[in-house]
Amino acid sequence: MDSTVASTGTEGKTWGGGNKPLKASYGKMMMWFFIVSDALTFSGFLAAYGFSRFKFIKEWPIADEVFTHVPFLHGQELPMIYVAFMTFILIMSSVTMVLAVDAGHHMNKAKVTLYMFLTIIGGLIFVGSQAWEWATFIQGDYGAVQTNGGNILQFGEYVTVDGKEKFKRISIDEFAIASEGVRAQHERKNGLWFVAEESLPPYTVSEIYNGLAANSNILVRTQLINEEGEKTVLSREESLKQIKENGKLVVKGANLKVNEYGTSLFADFFFFITGFHGFHVFSGVVLNIIIFFNVVLGTYERRGSYEMVEKVGLYWHFVDLVWVFVFTFFYLV
Amino acid sequence: MAHEHKLEIFRGLWKFKSNTQKIWGVLAFLSFVTAIEVILGIYKPEILMHTWIDPLEGGFFATIGNIILSPIVFMKPLNLIFILLTIVKAYYITWDFMHMRDEVKALRRMVVWTAVFLICYLVFILLQEGGYVFSVYNADDALITRDF
Repeated sequence: MDSTVASTGTEGKTWGGGNKPLKASYGKMMMWFFIVSDALTFSGFLAAYGFSRFKFIKEWPIADEVFTHVPFLHGQELPMIYVAFMTFILIMSSVTMVLAVDAGHHMNKAKVTLYMFLTIIGGLIFVGSQAWEWATFIQGDYGAVQTNGGNILQFGEYVTVDGKEKFKRISIDEFAIASEGVRAQHERKNGLWFVAEESLPPYTVSEIYNGLAANSNILVRTQLINEEGEKTVLSREESLKQIKENGKLVVKGANLKVNEYGTSLFADFFFFITGFHGFHVFSGVVLNIIIFFNVVLGTYERRGSYEMVEKVGLYWHFVDLVWVFVFTFFYLV
Repeated sequence: MAHEHKLEIFRGLWKFKSNTQKIWGVLAFLSFVTAIEVILGIYKPEILMHTWIDPLEGGFFATIGNIILSPIVFMKPLNLIFILLTIVKAYYITWDFMHMRDEVKALRRMVVWTAVFLICYLVFILLQEGGYVFSVYNADDALITRDF
């Protein structure tokens, strides 16, 4: 009977076990450590974005010119407004989350239920906004021509607004002269069975060139950023020459391969970083829904502690925290 | 369960009666900061768009000086303001929404210092390397050709 030592004589002493030097439960502490590692993942992405941007610092797209759309306000250039709205929604849902945690401390089931519900709604609005933002980005607005070297040439004209000369972008739809032509799309059934062609761009480069030649007001803008922090606009002769000799592909919108806004890396990082963040928000919403139903069913009421709300709350705040950085480094800086 | 909250922010300048009130106070502050960022981002005041001092030139000590002063020598003041305001926001989200203010010092340091140290390291390495690759691409004897 005495072959196993049941008592070490250290009970109640420092090394006797059962201590909680951090005064936090196991679950909460692990959530914190998960957050640290996830924060490192996100900073890896953002630092990689910074790396690529520093590499192409003279030709990186200007975010203000890319994200200018707001739902229901067509044709208006409102940079930042919608992203600011999204930021506010996410901070707001963080507030309802922390209010739910606070109500949980007071064992107030009705209030926890209400605030969890509002948090879920906020998360859904954010994910929906994100989807809209992606759709707008993918669809594109002005279109551009990609050169043999992979650079993007955009179009526009000088207009005078309030006595100041400004470069105003023009959509390729407005000036391209569409010509009759037959270009069968390569499909699996009419060509090589093991390759398929992606959908064709809306215009060919020669159609764009004809439109450019016919409209003497239109100029080409390159991606290079000049002294004033604006993209360089080419002269009329240079514009025609570049499109004729150097134009390779008409680009409308953005995907992982081409990007009408500038270097394709910009689109890649946009999809990757906001996508990874959006996935976090999505899983946060799923976790919140699970917790919400547990609250409604009274699981935590019976358990005598709403700590689960607190743990999922930590995750939710972290998602908000990441967005604050994504907002700064993708949209502001 | 005891849940004591520290009910003051800005080092005691702003005290709250209850935790709920503190949450709304922090929300007001965060919204205010975001509003400043958005207004600056839309209007981009001319004075903030160029660095105020040029990089120091000279020998070894000028280089050391540039490294120490790099946020104001190489960064536009506007971007510096954005980054500082972001860190301010991150602080209040972590401290008040995630209740880091109420955790014990050891937990706080484990989480914050680890992350801050590793992130600074990572960012330094990658940005440094990015700047180097830029200089290689754009050197006079660069081996890449350009359309224009």
